[in-house]
Amino acid sequence: MIDTAFATSGDGTSPDVVVIDSVSKRFTLRKDNSLKERVVTLGRRGRSHAERFDALTDVTFSIKAGSTIGLMGTNGSGKSTLLKVIGGIIDPTSGSVQRRGRMAALLELGAGFHPDLSGRDNVYLNAAILGLTKEQTDAEFDAILAFSEIGDFIDTQVKFYSSGMYVRLAFAVAVHTDPDLLLVDEVLAVGDEAFQRKCMDKIHEFQREGRTIILVSHSAAQVMEICDEGVVLKNGEVAFIGSAAEATRVHREILEGKRKMVAEAAAVEAEKPVVQNATIRSVEVTDGNGGVTEEVEPGDDIEIVIMVDHPHAIDMWNSSISIDTPTGQQVFGTGTKRLDTIHPAMGSGSTTIRYRISHVGFAGGQYFVNAEISDENRSAWDVKWQGAMFSVPIEFRQTGTVYSNADVAIG
Amino acid sequence: MSDAAVRRFERLATEPMIATGGPVGLRGTWGSLRAVLAHRELLGLLVRRDIKARYKDSVLGMLWTLINPIIQLLIYYLVMGQILGAAKGLDEFAIYVFSGLTIYGLFSETLSGSTASIVANAGLVKKVYVPREVFPLASSGSALFTFSVQLLVLLVACFVVGSPPITPNLVYAIPSILLVVVYAGALGILFAGLNVYLRDVQYLTGILLMIAMWASPIVYGWNMVQDVFQRYSLPAWLLEVYTNNPLTLAVLGFHRAFWMSGGPQDYPAGMAVRMAVALAIGLVLFWICQRAFARLQGNFAQEL
Repeated sequence: MIDTAFATSGDGTSPDVVVIDSVSKRFTLRKDNSLKERVVTLGRRGRSHAERFDALTDVTFSIKAGSTIGLMGTNGSGKSTLLKVIGGIIDPTSGSVQRRGRMAALLELGAGFHPDLSGRDNVYLNAAILGLTKEQTDAEFDAILAFSEIGDFIDTQVKFYSSGMYVRLAFAVAVHTDPDLLLVDEVLAVGDEAFQRKCMDKIHEFQREGRTIILVSHSAAQVMEICDEGVVLKNGEVAFIGSAAEATRVHREILEGKRKMVAEAAAVEAEKPVVQNATIRSVEVTDGNGGVTEEVEPGDDIEIVIMVDHPHAIDMWNSSISIDTPTGQQVFGTGTKRLDTIHPAMGSGSTTIRYRISHVGFAGGQYFVNAEISDENRSAWDVKWQGAMFSVPIEFRQTGTVYSNADVAIG
Repeated sequence: MSDAAVRRFERLATEPMIATGGPVGLRGTWGSLRAVLAHRELLGLLVRRDIKARYKDSVLGMLWTLINPIIQLLIYYLVMGQILGAAKGLDEFAIYVFSGLTIYGLFSETLSGSTASIVANAGLVKKVYVPREVFPLASSGSALFTFSVQLLVLLVACFVVGSPPITPNLVYAIPSILLVVVYAGALGILFAGLNVYLRDVQYLTGILLMIAMWASPIVYGWNMVQDVFQRYSLPAWLLEVYTNNPLTLAVLGFHRAFWMSGGPQDYPAGMAVRMAVALAIGLVLFWICQRAFARLQGNFAQEL
């Protein structure tokens, strides 16, 4: 078992590998990058030429050995900067990062590959960059070659490699350097599906061996699959630290908030006053008879009940629902638009919407229900991610997300 | 928890926590030195990469290392020596020019290679952590390789067209090489750091190298300079400044080692002492430049 919680520091079994102590990073962006411009804009005007940008503000947390952390956040939230600070590639402006054990960073696959050298030479070079001696590389070479599936091309110059081969070789080297701490920055999405699967298996093996992995990812599904814990960054600050599932939820909310902000900003631009028209109070899953349920069997009829508050009178409006797996894959979705209808105009108060789904065919597993309400033109008022949850008992006769009755026979 | 994980945790628990930034001051110098030493295999591989990649896909390959200085030698020998008459006071002018060019070539290649090294390895500097000093040092390494090939040619040339340089004076070659390595290395490491922030530095280096070449007695004789200083009755300290330029000392040292036609009038007095003093100053300069580089390197990844 892997120690999963940050809080359980007293058990003494897994030591801290990384301690990040009130780390801040400020970038100074200069627009004058040549001596001439520097001289011309000397002194006060020079300072006005520099723009400051706080990429990280007072980030503090520590990572226990053996845990797998997903770093999430919107573009520009500072997650890659944080990873680089942990990796020692960028020095923090203030605060400190303490680290122990051997580290390997996969910030960009094939960083350090020289296009004119053969794959073999590059393996040795890259391994040396990651801290291996020649003898250690010699010992691992066959394993690296086998993992990368490069075969006879190992003695070809890497500039003739396909991007897939390049990635495979780089990943193979990185995972064979016996790291205690592996930093991965959005590089697992490359390579074909078979290789991605292999990478995932390797990562799971790493987890069993008690290695620590820090992963930057935009994919909620990936974080849910691999990570025990998630750290969500927002504008350079830690917005959330906790379980991976919770973190993906927070990340989604931030994304949604950002989308709303953009929409509102656009509305302000158009000088339309924004009024909070309506909000979703709750989402519930009930069985056909009105009782709230969390257990659904294939073939059941269910109702998704959405309670909407609207303090003001509203015009005609729309709603929609979707059902996701924990990995974020949508398995069902519908709405007023798809059902070729629309909710009528209403006075102030609250309204209950009921979506009736009959003979559901979900296969065993956990499902989340999301709901959205919007105006006549489908511009969103409110969204509730993972507003309700239900589970379907696991059926050992099948896999997948769709329930069907299956038999097998010969002839 | 698996056994491997338990063992790993136990081992990690005993390891000290290390700050990513590294200590400062004198302990920082020691730390940088240790970090580079720990990566000496990488240094070796980087040098080999530079050499291998340089002439990859060229038919003549390594021969190019020789073609450049030979053409240079021919031009200086013919144009400077025979047409402009610089060879008049200097017997075995070809050896004279080539020995000067060889040691100057080491200076030039080390300095220009080091200056560009961090920017050229931007991909690595931005993506993985290695002590950044290895890049300028690797450039020095590959320059030393080129130099050793040229030195071999110089030795052959000495035997074929000149006189065999088998005299006690041959030892002058050693402090000459040391001087060039220390000064070019020091300036190279500083310029490599500065070049990240201001790309003008690499063009500036080109100009500096041109001045350095003509400011040292490579295609003319040191006594010619002495004559000029006497003719125009320039102050003696100016000649001292000219002579004590470390590159001038290195070139003179090489002449003394490989060019057999020179007499005492061709060299300043007390060369050994001058070289020793220059070397000591150079080592201090190297330390200062390394400290400056250590300060500059913190922001490399974001400036590239």
